[in-house]
This record gives sequence, structure tokens and C-alpha cells, in this order.
Amino acid sequence: MYQQRTAQPVTDATIAKRTVIDVNHDDDDDWLPKELQKPPNQCQLTPEELDEEFTRILNANNPLAPQNIARYNFKEKTFKCSPNVDHLVVHLDISGYLTFKNDGNEEKPVKPVQEEAETEEKATNTEETTEENKKTETSEQQTNTENSTENNTENNTTENAEKPPEAAPQPEQENDANAANNSKNPFNFSERALQTFNNLSRETSTNTEPPPKNTFSDTVTQWAIFDEYVKDLAQKEKANKDKTAKPAFGAKNKGDDHTFELPVENHVEDVYYRDPELKISIRKIERMTNQNTHDEITQDFKYWDDVADEVKGLKNSNARLLPLWKFVYKKEKKKHVTALCWNPSLSDFFVVGYGSYNFSKQGPGLIACFTLKNPSYPEFVYNTNSGVMCLDFYEKTPSLIAVGMYDGTVAVYDLARKSELPLYKSSTKTGKHTDPVWEVKWQKDDLYDHPNFFSISSDGKIIQWTLLKNELQKMDIIVLRYDKELSIKTEDPKTIEVENEDASIQALIEKDNNIEVAFDNASGSCFDFNPLDDNVFVVGTEEGSIFKCSTNYNKQYLMTYEGHQMAIYCTKYNKFHPRIFLSASADWTIKLWDHDYDKPIITFDLNSPVSSIEWSPYSSTIFAAVTNEGKIYIYELNEKKYEPVCEQQIVKKAKLTHIRFNKYEPILLVGDDKGNIYSLKLPPSLRRHSKEPKDEMQKLEKIILITSGRMPQNN
Amino acid sequence: MDPSESTSNLAEGKGEKASETADPRKNFNYPLVKYCDMLEEMKLEVVDLVVTALERHQGNYEGAAKTVKETMDKKYGNSWHSVVGEGFGFEITHEVKNLLYMFFGGNIGVLLWKAL
Repeated sequence: MYQQRTAQPVTDATIAKRTVIDVNHDDDDDWLPKELQKPPNQCQLTPEELDEEFTRILNANNPLAPQNIARYNFKEKTFKCSPNVDHLVVHLDISGYLTFKNDGNEEKPVKPVQEEAETEEKATNTEETTEENKKTETSEQQTNTENSTENNTENNTTENAEKPPEAAPQPEQENDANAANNSKNPFNFSERALQTFNNLSRETSTNTEPPPKNTFSDTVTQWAIFDEYVKDLAQKEKANKDKTAKPAFGAKNKGDDHTFELPVENHVEDVYYRDPELKISIRKIERMTNQNTHDEITQDFKYWDDVADEVKGLKNSNARLLPLWKFVYKKEKKKHVTALCWNPSLSDFFVVGYGSYNFSKQGPGLIACFTLKNPSYPEFVYNTNSGVMCLDFYEKTPSLIAVGMYDGTVAVYDLARKSELPLYKSSTKTGKHTDPVWEVKWQKDDLYDHPNFFSISSDGKIIQWTLLKNELQKMDIIVLRYDKELSIKTEDPKTIEVENEDASIQALIEKDNNIEVAFDNASGSCFDFNPLDDNVFVVGTEEGSIFKCSTNYNKQYLMTYEGHQMAIYCTKYNKFHPRIFLSASADWTIKLWDHDYDKPIITFDLNSPVSSIEWSPYSSTIFAAVTNEGKIYIYELNEKKYEPVCEQQIVKKAKLTHIRFNKYEPILLVGDDKGNIYSLKLPPSLRRHSKEPKDEMQKLEKIILITSGRMPQNN
Repeated sequence: MDPSESTSNLAEGKGEKASETADPRKNFNYPLVKYCDMLEEMKLEVVDLVVTALERHQGNYEGAAKTVKETMDKKYGNSWHSVVGEGFGFEITHEVKNLLYMFFGGNIGVLLWKAL
């Protein structure tokens, strides 16, 4: 449609031309007069209208370009219209980048260009001829065109005929020449270049470190030189004198006379160390260095908790103790740790007793006070003549330590005093035990507010020592006897207190007259006071029996507990429940007793002699024990009654001797027979306890009633 | 106070000791190193060198100093300085571990150092 409409204003001449071309194309078809086909909706125009001419002017003006640009002219200081407006509009701009493919051999591109040029010429010829023909002869178009083509072919042939003699032998030479002359095709060749960016140059320079230098000044004069020589001479004479004084070195060293010797100074360090201010700062620095070296442990102690322990609970998994600091006093590596005690008021301070449990290897003992802040060296050290066997801090004055020794003496040391000597010491003169003292315990002050403590020894005596102004007053509390009569009678707890008193006293009086009395002495090894009743205490013996005694009756027992076959190492009252106590023995067992009944409630077998036990200070159902195998066992009766909740090997090839809970921090202290003390952190599951002490007591009471199958006492 | 007393004592017994001190004075001909921060090995070598130079150029301090300086430059790298004389004062800046200050023959001071 569009083509036809636009075709209409075209002049007749062009139509005629077209028809001619059409004729040429449709040579082979049967020619029929062509009718112009019009679409039916084409508007019909009259011939006048058709003849009407519409002129359209094409100009090179950009219609969008502004016509009236006015710019300020600085020269004339007015706005002026700028006459020159740019009318150039570029709609499309494509730069070609194609190159001829067969650049490699240059022969081919040259040849076809020439041929094409020729054929083009021919084509133009034919067109010209046809135009001539069409002008001159319209009727006989067909024949003429045929002729003209024939003529052309004839011309070609004639041209070809004329050329061959020259062209035939030459083509290769020509090609070669062409290739040599212009190797690059000027049409297909495009030159491309790129300017790379030039980096800026930069200067860098460094200074090397200058060699170290020094300034030196002096004045050389004759007298200075002379003095120098005299001094040298004097020094040499002195050196010679020294050498003659020491003939052992003399002879050989004479040759080294000219070597320089350091002036001998007196050793003056003691003066500095005595300065109290320096002492304080040295101690501070020591602690700082220790804090640095043991930083990881401190962080663990402060922040590390076994997460798994919290999640799993005690019933399913073994609780793990985290090892913290290890305390060693290097001079005492061969001694056993025979006593451990936390300071009652300072949470980080404890005292260690060194001695020996070996009968044949006794030697001097040692008391060392450590703080957790300094695992490398003790704060205080006291040397003793005999091996230390037991220690206890006095609660009211936490600087006082009661000490029991292997030779039977007891002593009281005061940390606040500067002296190395004990504040009080028992002697043969004032009275002492005749066998090793196994345990000392402070008790409440007496009626006159004198501090006093008890001690137990293998000689079977339990002695109360009272600290008077300037002496240690001794009082025998009880002499243990292994009396069969007595023990049999004690089996009936109700009768003992009423009837047995007189009988036993009589028996004892009888025996006192007997020479064999000495052999009947039972040797005590440990004791513990009842937390509620200050008078009542349980005593463990080396024979394996446990006696409940009272300070009020010095000749008889309130109760005898038979159950252990070997020596009792440790008896401990529960800290919340006034009737419950534990005993640890060399026969591999721990037994839990109610002090009103002579049969143990629970027996724990640990497969190794149990050297020490301790109730936890915050929970009534947790206690810990250490064995000769080097293992630590922790029981939580609330969770498991017969199995330990924690069984952990602490040392190999060493026996653990003592264990202590810290009252304030979740720390356990364990000592071994090689002089090492290990501190261990309790996992969170072993730190749980109820807020009220009463609850704790009831917790234990419940467990005991269930286990023993007894009804509560009230019934 | 002690040293002053000792000197007064010396003054009193001067007549006797003068003859004694005269003798050792003749023996003041060995090299005496007043100050040296060189390494032990280097020091021994350098002292030896100075002594030979001084003995060769008896009385000619300039020659001795020149010899010492040139030998040291060759042996231990450039810019050594040497002063030989009976009386002089100095204040120098030297490279550490490269200084020798010694006396010789009872009346000669020798200073040898490497400058920066």
C-alpha cells in the first residue's frame, strides 16, 4: 500500500523505465499487457489532481538545533546572537574493523579485483547500450537486446582474442610483480595502534642505620701517664701478693699477670634484701611474673566450666576435675606430703606439712605455706627437727598453726611472728606423746578463753593442749585401750552408759595393776569432733576399731564400731548432719556410719587403701577420697549411692596422701608422697547445694533412712 | 679522708721511697692500655702494631702515627685516625668497638680510633 501510494507522484519517465526493466526480466514468460492493479480502498484522484505538483525542499538544517543562541561577549560587553549553529547530527557511526581473511598469501586479493573491474566495465557497457536501444527502438526491444548481448559477447571474444598472446605467458610474472610492489591491499588493510599508559617515575630512598658511635675524651699529660703506670704497678703487686697467699693457683697463673682483673667487691646483697620496701616490691614482681607464666591456669580457674558436665548431669557421665596449679617446694621433693590445711580466713592460703610415713626413712620435717597466687615458691617456710605429721589452723587467729610431729611433740607456730622458732613446743620435760602424733585439732576456747587443741598419737593417748601465757599445758583426755570386755559390752548401746561405767572403770583399775596393760593400748590414728557436741568425738585406731568418746569420760567409750579389718586412716563427721561420720581405712573401704548404730550404713570399696577423706564444706552428700593408687574419688550420695560420680587418676606411680576442700572456692587440694600438691577445680555439677543448711541435713537424712531401711528415729 | 692521710704519709717518707720509685720508673716502658673497647683479639693485634710502629720511628711521632693509621686503614677499613704525642687533649666521636687509648714508654700517649 505504502509503496504504491508513494509510487504515484513518480514521473512517467521513471515508470516507463521500470516497465522496460520488467520486460527485460520477464523474457522467458508469455508476455501479456500488464494491468495496474489497484486496491479497492485506494482513493481515486482525477488526472488534474494527479498532475498537481508538490514541491518538497530538502535542506541541511537541523530542525532541533536552536536558532537563537545568545552569548555574552566580553569584548563588547553585550549579549550577541551567535550566527553559527551546528546542524550536524550523527545518527549512526560504525567504524569497520573487518580485515581480509587471506592476508597470508597476497596473490589472490589482487587478481579478483582486476577481474571485477573488468566485468563492471562490461556491465556498464551493456546498460548504456540498452538505454540507447530503449530510446531508439521501443518495439523491437527483445531482438535488440539479444543483439546487443551478442555484440557484447562478440566484443568480449574479440578482446579476449586480442589479449591472449600477451596475457598467456605473463600471468605468473605479473602476479609476482604485484605481490612485490604492493604487498598490502590498500582497501582491506586497516592500521591500528594503541598508546599504553606511561607510569610516572618516582624516587624512593631509605637510610641505613648508622653504626653505633660513642664519644671519648681525655687529656694526655706526662703526669697522667706516670700516675697510670704507678697505679698499674700497684695493682700488679697486689695481684702478686694474692697469688702468693693462694699457692694452689700460684705457679701457673704468673704468666697471666698482665690480664685485667675485676676489682673484688664485698657481697652486699643482704643489705638490699633487708630493706622492707624492696622486699615488698620484689614480692610484687615475683607474683606478677607468676601471674604471667600461669596466666592460662588462672583463666581456666576463673572462667572455664565443662559445658558437657552441666548438660549430661551426674547420672550419665563421670564428672571431670580440672587440674590447676601444681605446688612443689623444690628442696623437699623426696618428702611425703603428710598434712594439708586451708587457712580458715584467706581463701587462697594453705599450709603443707612435709615428713615421711616410712618408718625407716625419717628425717627432719618442714612446714611450707603456699598461696594460690604463687605456685613457684612458698610464702613461709619452717624447718622442724622431726617429720611433720599433721597441721591445723586456729580459726580465731588464722596465723596460728598447731603442728604434730613424728617424734611425738606438738608445737604451735605463729606466721605473724618473724621468728623461725615455734611459739610453743612440747618437750619431754613438759610432757609429750611417745609416738607419732597423727592428728591435731583446735577446739573451742576453754572457759578462760584460752585457745586449746587436741592431739592423738599411736601411744593411744588423746591429749588436750592449752595455750597459756608462756607455756603449753597438757591434759590427758583419754587413753585408748583395746579392751575386749569393753567392746563386747558396748554392743548394747543402751546398757553401756548406765551399767558399764562402773564395770569398765573397775576393769581398768584392775588392768592398771597388771604389767600387760601396755600391750593392751590401742594406738589411735585419727579423730574428729562432732560438729554440734563439742565433747563427742570419734577415734580411729590402727587396729581397725572406731570408738566414740567424750571428753567428759576419760576411761571409757560411748560406742565401739567394728567393721574395718585394718588401720583406720581418717574419720570425718559430716559438716551438716551431727550423727553421720565417715571412716577411711587401709582395708580398701570407706564406711558411712550413724554414730548411734554400730553397723555401717554404706560401705564403699575403692580397691586400694584409702589414705584420706573429706566431706565437702557446702553439701552434705558430697565427699571426696584419695587412694594409694593415685586416684581421687568423689561421691555424691544424692545422685549415686554406691558408685563414685568422679573417679580420676591424678598421679601415676605415687600415692595420694591427703585431700582438702576449699571453703570459699571450688578447689580441691591433693598431696602426694613425692612432695607435690595438686589443685583441682570442681565441675559445676559438684558445686550444687541448697541455701539452707537445714535442707542439706534433711537431704542426707533422707538418703540414710532409705538406704538403711530404718524408720525415722522418732518412731 | 683516708687517701689524704696516705699521701701525707708518703710525703713524710719521701726521702726513702724516692730511690725505690726511681727504679720502677725505668721499667715504665711497656705498653699500658688505658681504655679499649675493641674485641680481645683485635686489641692484642693493634697494641702490637702500635708498639712496633713506635719502636721503628723512635722520636718521630708523626711517622709512627702515619704508619699506624695507614696499616689500620688497610686492615680494618677506612678512616682510622691516630694521635701520638706526649701531651694533648681530645674529645672524639668514634665507632663503637673501634677505640684504643694507651700509653707507651712512660711518656707517650697513643690514641687510635675509627671515625664515622
